[in-house]
Amino acid sequence: MKYLDEYRDGAVARGIIARIKETATRPWTLMEVCGGQTHTIVRQGLDQLLEGAVEMIHGPGCPVCVTPLEQIDKALALAARPDVIFTSFGDMLRVPGSSCDLLQVRARGGTIRVVYSPLDALELAIKNPDRQVVFFAVGFETTAPANAMAVWRARQLNVPNFSILVSHVTVPPAMTAILDAPDNRVQGFLAAGHVCAVMGWKEYEPIAAKYRVPIIVTGFEPVDILEGMLMAVTQLEQGRHEVENQYVRSVQRDGTPPAQELVRTVFRLADRQWRGIGTIPGSGLTLREEYADFDAELRFGLGDIHAEEPAECRAGEVLRGMLKPSGCSAFGTRCTPEHPLGAPMVSSEGACAAYYNYARFRSPAGPTGVPS
Amino acid sequence: MCLGIPGRILDTRDDRGLLMGSVDFSGVRREVCLAYVADQVTPGDYVVVHVGFAISRVDEIEARRTFEALQEMSQLEELDWMREVADQGLQGMPPQEAR
Ligand code: SF4
Repeated sequence: MKYLDEYRDGAVARGIIARIKETATRPWTLMEVCGGQTHTIVRQGLDQLLEGAVEMIHGPGCPVCVTPLEQIDKALALAARPDVIFTSFGDMLRVPGSSCDLLQVRARGGTIRVVYSPLDALELAIKNPDRQVVFFAVGFETTAPANAMAVWRARQLNVPNFSILVSHVTVPPAMTAILDAPDNRVQGFLAAGHVCAVMGWKEYEPIAAKYRVPIIVTGFEPVDILEGMLMAVTQLEQGRHEVENQYVRSVQRDGTPPAQELVRTVFRLADRQWRGIGTIPGSGLTLREEYADFDAELRFGLGDIHAEEPAECRAGEVLRGMLKPSGCSAFGTRCTPEHPLGAPMVSSEGACAAYYNYARFRSPAGPTGVPS
Repeated sequence: MCLGIPGRILDTRDDRGLLMGSVDFSGVRREVCLAYVADQVTPGDYVVVHVGFAISRVDEIEARRTFEALQEMSQLEELDWMREVADQGLQGMPPQEAR
């Protein structure tokens, strides 16, 4: 395919790498907040190729990873109930709770169904009026419009046996929390292109201005990421701090307004806990009062479930760039993708898992080399 | 679930006030909610789909490129969920599961 070649051409990538190195008069520290970008950076070894010019810190960009232990425990409690059909995206099934994961609950007799869309879960509720159907509503701004629609539709079609367990987080407050930390090292951000396809980038403008950090809306392919880095480094060298869009082929400044509107209709901002980080004020979504009867936590009285994260896991430091995953003493020994101790090892988009999966198999061929 | 998957709209229909359509993801077909892009799309167009919802329109070249990039990154597990759901169907629960 011509266009593929053009975009993932090693020569193009090498050209951008050379320009970044020419432009940078000192090493700059950037953070990506997108699991897909983390995956690409580590897999292609982009961080290693830019050593001395750009250091990448992998932010909390993986929705599966940042879902707090407490919400997983609530999901496990619901899934074990005989009157409940618990529905979830497939990648939540292996996320460890305090005692087990959803797959193990299923093996013990819980009814758990993988759905592709929250509307599938609603459909199951309509077809099983004698059971309670709960959907595990997780994710960033990319899944919020889908989950909002499922609730709105449940009200419209009057489906009383449908509810959602909400664990929604939003990216900008996490960025501000990272920038506010006294030991913050981040000097610029690559913002997640697909999040911005929904939300646009207006909310990033005040952050760029207040903290004087460039924020580049960036895609997830190797050349996208390299271009995003070059744009950030150029701004830093020129003393600028603006929001710029690298991912023009998919993202517009206003995003997708009808999706934002329905999210605002159904959800409101709320404090949310992030696995490995703690509570960030106003960093997530919860159902508005008008839709509270679809809130599984209220319907099933789950307020008492609390969980402590394992003390050994140093995810908080990893996510703020204080520690590389391989610097954690549990990395690859007591903590592996098969038996994850903490969030960033949970899904392939997490920083610890990406290091574990790719660090040892990194291709010597450069950015377009195919890892074995 | 974070990276949307591009696909081509085959047809559209109104389901009790909600614009739905079948979308082809390189051979896997699936019902998708088109409400958020309703005034931008017609059959034949390409859209980026997040967990069953079209979020933005893209051109064909971009759609192909993104799909292949996702394939290369093994980030198409959502297509497996689609298949799993299609296999099980969404009918009532079988009695042995309805404990
Ligand atoms: S390697 Fe495991 S225990 Fe260590 S920080 Fe990463 S997720 Fe936590």
